Amino acid sequence: MAMFMQQQTDDSSFKKNMLFRGQQDQSSALPSVGFVPAKSPTTHTQYPYVTGSSVLGIKYKDGVLIAADCGGSYGSTLRYKSVERLKAVGKSTVIGASGEISDFQQIMRYLDELTLKDKMWDDGNTLGPKEVHNYLCRVMYNHRNKFDPLWNTLILGGVKNGVKYLGMVSMIGVHFEENHVASGFGNHLARPIFRDEWKEDLSLEEGILLLEKCFRVLLYRDRSAVNKLQVANITAEGITISKPYALRTEWEYKAFQNPTQGVEGSW
Amino acid sequence: MAYWSPYDNNGGTCVAIAGSEYCVIAADTRLSTGYSILTREHTKMCQLSDKCVLASSGFQADIRALQKNLDARHQIYQHQHNKKMSCPAMAQLLSNTLYYKRFFPYYAFNVLGGLDNEGKGCVFTYDAVGSYERVGYSSQGTGQQLLMPVLDNQLQSASPLLLPSKESATPLSESEAVDLIMDIFASATERDIYTGDAVEIVVVNADGIRREVADLRKD
Amino acid sequence: MVRVEEPAKGGFSFDLCRRNAMLEKQGVHAPKCLKTGTTIVGLIYKDGVILGADTRATEGSIVADKNCEKIHKLAANIYCCGAGTAADTENVTDMVSSQLELHRYATGRNSRVVTALTMLKSHLFRYQGYVSAALVLGGYDVTGPHLHAVYPHGSTDTLPFATMGSGSLAAMAMFESRYKEDMTKEEGMALVAAAICSGIFNDLGSGSNVDLCIITKDGVEFLRNFQQPNPRTYVSKRGYSFAKGHTAILSTKVIPLREQVTIEEGDGMAE
Repeated sequence: MAMFMQQQTDDSSFKKNMLFRGQQDQSSALPSVGFVPAKSPTTHTQYPYVTGSSVLGIKYKDGVLIAADCGGSYGSTLRYKSVERLKAVGKSTVIGASGEISDFQQIMRYLDELTLKDKMWDDGNTLGPKEVHNYLCRVMYNHRNKFDPLWNTLILGGVKNGVKYLGMVSMIGVHFEENHVASGFGNHLARPIFRDEWKEDLSLEEGILLLEKCFRVLLYRDRSAVNKLQVANITAEGITISKPYALRTEWEYKAFQNPTQGVEGSW
Repeated sequence: MAYWSPYDNNGGTCVAIAGSEYCVIAADTRLSTGYSILTREHTKMCQLSDKCVLASSGFQADIRALQKNLDARHQIYQHQHNKKMSCPAMAQLLSNTLYYKRFFPYYAFNVLGGLDNEGKGCVFTYDAVGSYERVGYSSQGTGQQLLMPVLDNQLQSASPLLLPSKESATPLSESEAVDLIMDIFASATERDIYTGDAVEIVVVNADGIRREVADLRKD
Repeated sequence: MVRVEEPAKGGFSFDLCRRNAMLEKQGVHAPKCLKTGTTIVGLIYKDGVILGADTRATEGSIVADKNCEKIHKLAANIYCCGAGTAADTENVTDMVSSQLELHRYATGRNSRVVTALTMLKSHLFRYQGYVSAALVLGGYDVTGPHLHAVYPHGSTDTLPFATMGSGSLAAMAMFESRYKEDMTKEEGMALVAAAICSGIFNDLGSGSNVDLCIITKDGVEFLRNFQQPNPRTYVSKRGYSFAKGHTAILSTKVIPLREQVTIEEGDGMAE
């Protein structure tokens, strides 16, 4: 993080110097005063390039489950098919990201540095999911304050000291904790199912089945979803992130065979 | 192409009513964006000191940043003065904090309620950039237009223009004020799509702070 | 020479649409319409079709009607759920309903769903999406049960289950996760009600009650307010009283009513 900031300040002060020289040449008669003339507006990328779609997360009896697929879309092109959008942070937290993949990779670099700095205290403390969530909320919000957003919705879950934690933060810094969360299209398609079927004491198997049920709906209705997903399981014992696997889907309904049967005469 | 805006409206309604020796502050707990509900259990309230509660609706990230800012300032104040900040002082601090971001405002609509230095109920109401006023009751947020005329009708607090000046506290008892708030939140939920799920009611009086939650429609 | 005004060639004139777009650009906004930010669905089951709708109508962020009807009758065997601008859905279904009636008189046969579908889509296509009606059309005719989704621009889908409106994704989540072929009536009703409830509770544009309409070979069961899952949560026991004198009287003037007309013969006007 510090490195990145350093680069930014270096870069902007360089630009400022350039501009200032130009200004002094034009108005050398004027004494230099406190007011710095406005430079041309800095612009930032305000749209994404390669994006990942929904991430789903639920709490269950023994911990937290988070699921995401492995697709990376370039606009409407399915450009990458093996993107890992679930990452562990420390020993008790997993982050899932939808949105711009490069911004997510940048966020992971911030977090690597954060955990490294934290480890260097050598005090035996580690950052838990709550601390990481709080940090990410500030990172996302500060970027939006600079009109330079990190184009992601992050889902974050973990278990520390026997306490389950699941939260999310959007690209402008809106954040909250919940028993079940979903980003992107999942907000519209998965959360209605969560609200209907989620229970506090789901077993691991039931939890995974619920996530798979929601993912199947996303496969049917979200065009950027890919049938290759990973599930992360975070418990007091630690983190496991599954290998990518596919779900069985159903396309053989009778009504799909000859869809216009009985509509002869129309077009 | 996707369009980016630094603001969002996460909806919700806040109300505060001041009585002669109490103050009731209330807000619903729905957090929404567009036509979606993000969560049904999100508090819009923040206890700033032992006799001072802030309720805010608008953009949740700004609201949280504002609350953290006020908390930090209050911490510094306590170190410097060895006491908690009074509610009117907090009201001025909130105004200054909002105006500090005049040209990139916090998109937060606040009502601050509590007890003043004499133990009387007080309510302060704000716009997003820090203009504020002490009143007998107020509401802010997406249900404001629905609630305000009802409060005007039921509470009829004296106009600040009246001379000689009159007490701005409402004539209702504490339990009557809580009952009124439950009723108007149920009403606002009937007609405002952004208000609902539950209403969180905080009562501040000489005994301290009491919190209760009542269900609202979830559709 | 007498000049005859000829009707313009080439179909519908979009002059007013273009004018409206120009005015909008200059900051003049058309009055807001009543929208049924809606959840509407349909499902084909073993013996027929089930249509469902919520009952909330909105005007911006305000609920304009808490218990409106969104399932419209087109014919004795054909019903249609409407989402979009309320006036458009009502008028478009009324027009088609009337044309179907005339068509029945002319042919002496019962209406077919495909006829209603073709009328709807050709009307909507002619207006290029300016008539903003998104419909779920269902019915049972001589060729069996049918279910169609009709989009505002005039395209149509033929489906075993369909959803429309702002709550369409919430409702579709239920269908995609629970649909089975050849459901019984009870299973079908439960699934349609679950889909509507999903819209009611997850989509802010939808709310209040569940309406169902079951169409089979033998007739129609219209179940208005099949479920009412959203009663008011609290009513103050104190009530509200408005004492006499709340509104100050500034002056009083009484004008006695005089008899203006005397009826001399015949009957007075009937009630």
